Amino acid sequence: MSSITTREAPRGFSAAEYMTCLTGIVWREGLRFLHQRERFVSALVRPLVWLFIFAAGFRQVLGISIIPPYETYILYEVFIAPGLMAMIQLFNGMQSSLSMVYDREMGNMRTLLVSPLPRGYLLFCKLLAGTAVSLLQVYAFLLIAWFWDITPPLSGYLTVLPALILSGLMLGSLGMLISSGIKQLENFAGVMNFVIFPMFFASSALYPLWRVQEGSPYLYYVCEANPFTHAVELIRFALYGQINWISLAVVATCTIVFMIGAIYAYDPSRGLARRGPAGGEG
Amino acid sequence: MTSPAPIAEQRETPRPDPAAVPALSIDSVSHAYGPRRALMDVSFNVQPASFTALLGLNGAGKSTLFSLITRLFGIQSGRVGIFGHDVGTSPGEALRLLGVVFQPRTLDLDLSLTQNLLYHAALHGISRREARARAAELLDRIGLTERAGSKVRDLSGGQMRRLEIARALLHRPRLLLLDEPTVGLDVKARADIISHVRQLVSEQGIGVLWATHLFDEIMAGDDLVVLHQGKVLAQGPMSRVVAEAGAQDVNTAFMRLTGAQTLPGGGA
Repeated sequence: MSSITTREAPRGFSAAEYMTCLTGIVWREGLRFLHQRERFVSALVRPLVWLFIFAAGFRQVLGISIIPPYETYILYEVFIAPGLMAMIQLFNGMQSSLSMVYDREMGNMRTLLVSPLPRGYLLFCKLLAGTAVSLLQVYAFLLIAWFWDITPPLSGYLTVLPALILSGLMLGSLGMLISSGIKQLENFAGVMNFVIFPMFFASSALYPLWRVQEGSPYLYYVCEANPFTHAVELIRFALYGQINWISLAVVATCTIVFMIGAIYAYDPSRGLARRGPAGGEG
Repeated sequence: MTSPAPIAEQRETPRPDPAAVPALSIDSVSHAYGPRRALMDVSFNVQPASFTALLGLNGAGKSTLFSLITRLFGIQSGRVGIFGHDVGTSPGEALRLLGVVFQPRTLDLDLSLTQNLLYHAALHGISRREARARAAELLDRIGLTERAGSKVRDLSGGQMRRLEIARALLHRPRLLLLDEPTVGLDVKARADIISHVRQLVSEQGIGVLWATHLFDEIMAGDDLVVLHQGKVLAQGPMSRVVAEAGAQDVNTAFMRLTGAQTLPGGGA
C-alpha cells in the first residue's frame, strides 16, 4: 500500500470485479426470495387459480379459433398459459420495485448505492437478479401446468427462455421506474390498481385480440399499444419455437426506454435528490 | 532525515503535514430541499488518522451531509473530496476509500452475519474467497465468530452495530463515516463501539468522521465540527473550540455557540 498521504491514480474496475458484483447481487436476491416462502407460494398460487378456476369456467364461453402460433384447436387453458407466465413476471417486477421502496425507507438501499461501481450498472444487476427470480417462478408454474395438460413442445421450454429474460427485464425496469416515483410504501396499493390490473386486462393475456376488436375497436388499439400484450405474445410464440418480430421489437424498445428512465430517475443529482432526506431527519 | 519544507504559518490542525491530502474535504457545500436550506456553505476537513466529531442536534444537517458524501444525493454546490477524489466527478474512486455506518440499520435481517458481509464484499468487487477470509477475520475481531451462521435478526442492537462497523471495514477503507452509531445502545455497547473506533484511528490510521449529538462521546484530543441549522459554527481541536467559546466543557461551549444563534436577545 502507498502511504496515506499520497493521492492514488484512478484504477477503475476490472471485468472480474463487475462480475463479482453481479453474482453477489443475484445471489443475495435469490437468498432473500428463498427466505420469503409466502412470496413464492403466492407467486405460484395466483396464476394457478387463474388456470384451474378461471380458465375452467371460461372454457365454454370463449371459443378460440386457430391463430398463430397454434396449429390446431387448443383449450382455453393452453391459450392463457403464456399470459399467466407474463403475469407472474409482471407481479414479480412490481414486487421487486416494492422491495426497492421498502429498502429505501429502511435504508437497505444505501448499502447498494454506496458501492463504488457505477450506479447504472448496480441497478442493471438488480434488474437481472429480479428477472432471475421471476424465471424460477415461471418454470415452477410451467412444471405444475404440465400436469394440467399444458404441454408445449419440449424444445419450447428452452426457446422461451430468452423471451422470458427480455420480458422480465422490461417489466422489472418498468417497476423500478415506477418505484423511483413512489415516496412511501403505502402508495404502492395504487400501483396495483393503476398499473397491474389495467396492463393485465387490456392485453392479449386472457383473450385473443381479434375478439377484443369485435367488442370494442378502441380497446383493441389500447391493447395493441400495451407493452404487456407484446410481452405475452413474445412468450406465446417463443414457447412454440417461433419469433413474433413485432412483439420482439416492442419489448426490446420498451426495455431500453424503461431502463434508461429508471437509471436516470435513480441518478443522485436528479431523482432522489429532489426528495429530501431519506430518514425524514437531517 | 527529511528536512521539511518551511511551513509559513502554524496550521490549526493537530497534524501539520503540508503534503497530506485530507481524508475528507468538504468545501463550501450548500444543499436545499426545495425552499428549505439544509446546509449553508459548509467547509471542513477530516485528516487521516484523526477522530473528528461532527456535533449537532437532530435536524442540524448531519444526515444530509452524509448523504452528499456518500453520493446518495447529488451535490448542488460546493465540492466533496475523499483523499483528493471528487465525489461528484469520480465517485467510484472516492467511494472505494470510504466506509459508512448509516444511522438506520442497513443489514439484511434474514441473512446470516457472513452472508451480509459477503454481499457487501461483492458490491465492492471483492472475490468470494478473499471475502470469506476477510469476513472471518473481522467477525473474529468483533467477537462474533460463533454467531457467523445465525440470522442477523437474532443479534442484539450492539452486536448489529459492531457487525455494521465490521462490514464498513471489509473493503479496507481509509475514511470511515459513522452517523450517530450509538443511538439506542446500552452503556456497555456504546463504550465498546467508541473504543473500537478509536482503536481504528490510532492503530490503522483511518480517518473517522463521527456524527453525534452526545457530548460525552467527544474527547480532548478530537477535532470538533459544530453544525447547527445547516451552518458550521465552530471547528478545530476540541480544546480550542471550548476555550474560544469561553467554556469549561463541550456541553457549555455548544450551548453558548448555538444559544447565540437560536435565542437572539434571550427569548424565552
